[in-house]
Amino acid sequence: MSDQRDITISVLKYNPRDSDSNPEFVDYHLKETPGMTLFIALSQIRQEMDPDLAFDFVCRAGICGSCGMVVNGKPILACRTLIANYPDGILQLMPMPAFELIKDLSVNTGKWMDAMSTRVESWIVDNGTEIDITKIEERMEPKLAEEIFELDRCIECGICVASCATALMRPDFVGAVGLNRVARFQIDPRDKRSDEDFYELIGDDDGIFGCMSLLACEDHCPKNLPLQSKIAYLRRKLVSVK
Amino acid sequence: MSELIEGYLGTTVDGKKSRVPAKLDYIQSVTGGFLALFMWGHMMMVSSILISKDFMYTITKFLEGSFIIDGGSPLLVSIFVFIIFVVFITHAAMGIRKMPANFKQYQVLRAHSKSLKHDDTHLWLTQAFTGFVMFFLGSVHLYIIMTNSADIGPYASADRIWSEWMWPLYILLLLAVEFHGTIGLYRLCVKWGWFDGKDPRKTRVRLKRVKWTLTIFFLTLGFASLLAYIKIGIEHADKAGERYVPTSMTQGVK
Repeated sequence: MSDQRDITISVLKYNPRDSDSNPEFVDYHLKETPGMTLFIALSQIRQEMDPDLAFDFVCRAGICGSCGMVVNGKPILACRTLIANYPDGILQLMPMPAFELIKDLSVNTGKWMDAMSTRVESWIVDNGTEIDITKIEERMEPKLAEEIFELDRCIECGICVASCATALMRPDFVGAVGLNRVARFQIDPRDKRSDEDFYELIGDDDGIFGCMSLLACEDHCPKNLPLQSKIAYLRRKLVSVK
Repeated sequence: MSELIEGYLGTTVDGKKSRVPAKLDYIQSVTGGFLALFMWGHMMMVSSILISKDFMYTITKFLEGSFIIDGGSPLLVSIFVFIIFVVFITHAAMGIRKMPANFKQYQVLRAHSKSLKHDDTHLWLTQAFTGFVMFFLGSVHLYIIMTNSADIGPYASADRIWSEWMWPLYILLLLAVEFHGTIGLYRLCVKWGWFDGKDPRKTRVRLKRVKWTLTIFFLTLGFASLLAYIKIGIEHADKAGERYVPTSMTQGVK
């Protein structure tokens, strides 16, 4: 195993709740193992070098969206990041901006997403339509179901928010994740809200009209969601609301 | 009164969200698209000097309305420039809403763009910077042309550029306009989903390629034209102020 590559993982460590803590980069040197992901490397660091290191993970498979962090400037999911993709073996890790910092690489995306979800009313609003549960649910065209599912694949990892200059400059901006949520319900026939109703949720400079089309959301989304076209779609829809 | 209520509560008298942000976004796009396309036409007119002084003179007189008014009237040009100036100011007012408004926002934006190294974010920064530059350079140019519309022509323009020291401003303005305009048109396309087709991602790559082709084309044409005016300006420096007389008139041909 002597041909194992030496890698350096430099982590911005900081605990905002500890008055003795000052933000600083701490370097960890380790050997790369075959197929090593960043998640594996961080687990190794925590087990063998620094039990105090804080970072989040749950599924380790790019599904839960918990392990978003900024690696060499790019927000990505640690569990889906192969160390082998970094030829010089040096990775600088920072917590995702825009979210409340818990400690080191751990941020509170849940709090942000919860607020966003409440704001855009991220649920089906049927305006009191009576549903007879004894009857078979109304059929939906598979094409439309697929279209809705495509947008439902969002894992709310926060990478679109962390890569968006607008969201970083203006903390009240709803972000691509919020706009994607609205687009998802806008095309769902079970949702009875009109474009006027959606305008009430995102028709301002903190919503759809605040988006500057930098498209870092589209370029960094780990689920390859069609954010560019859906944001454009919403803009066209809502700009014509009387 | 409803304006007061809306301004105070952020809600219309009907209890609805203001429609103004939608209008502002739309106006920003319309004015920007108009100005960017106008600049293409403008560049074509300006670059007529590359063909000949006579051709540039003819174009100038045509724009002064020589086809309906004998000899043309510079007032028409002044009126047109005034309209452009109004659109320009409107677009600037719309665009400024998006710029960083304080040091904290600027600091965040700078750190983010440096570390993210994302092409479209860099393009936006270029647009914001060139837009800021044009607040001043564009206004100077527009005001001068609006108030001196009779001084457009092969010698008059060349004298202004060389003898009246406008060439440094025009070099900067040309760079700002061409980068700002072509990036702006690219952004309009992706912002509104124009030309998306079946694969918006592929379209975007193509749009960016077209954007860079246009940037290089107009910068080349712009600098070639500017150099032509500078050359004429240098040669004509000792007779600065003298107006061009077309070849047809010097030869007595009508």
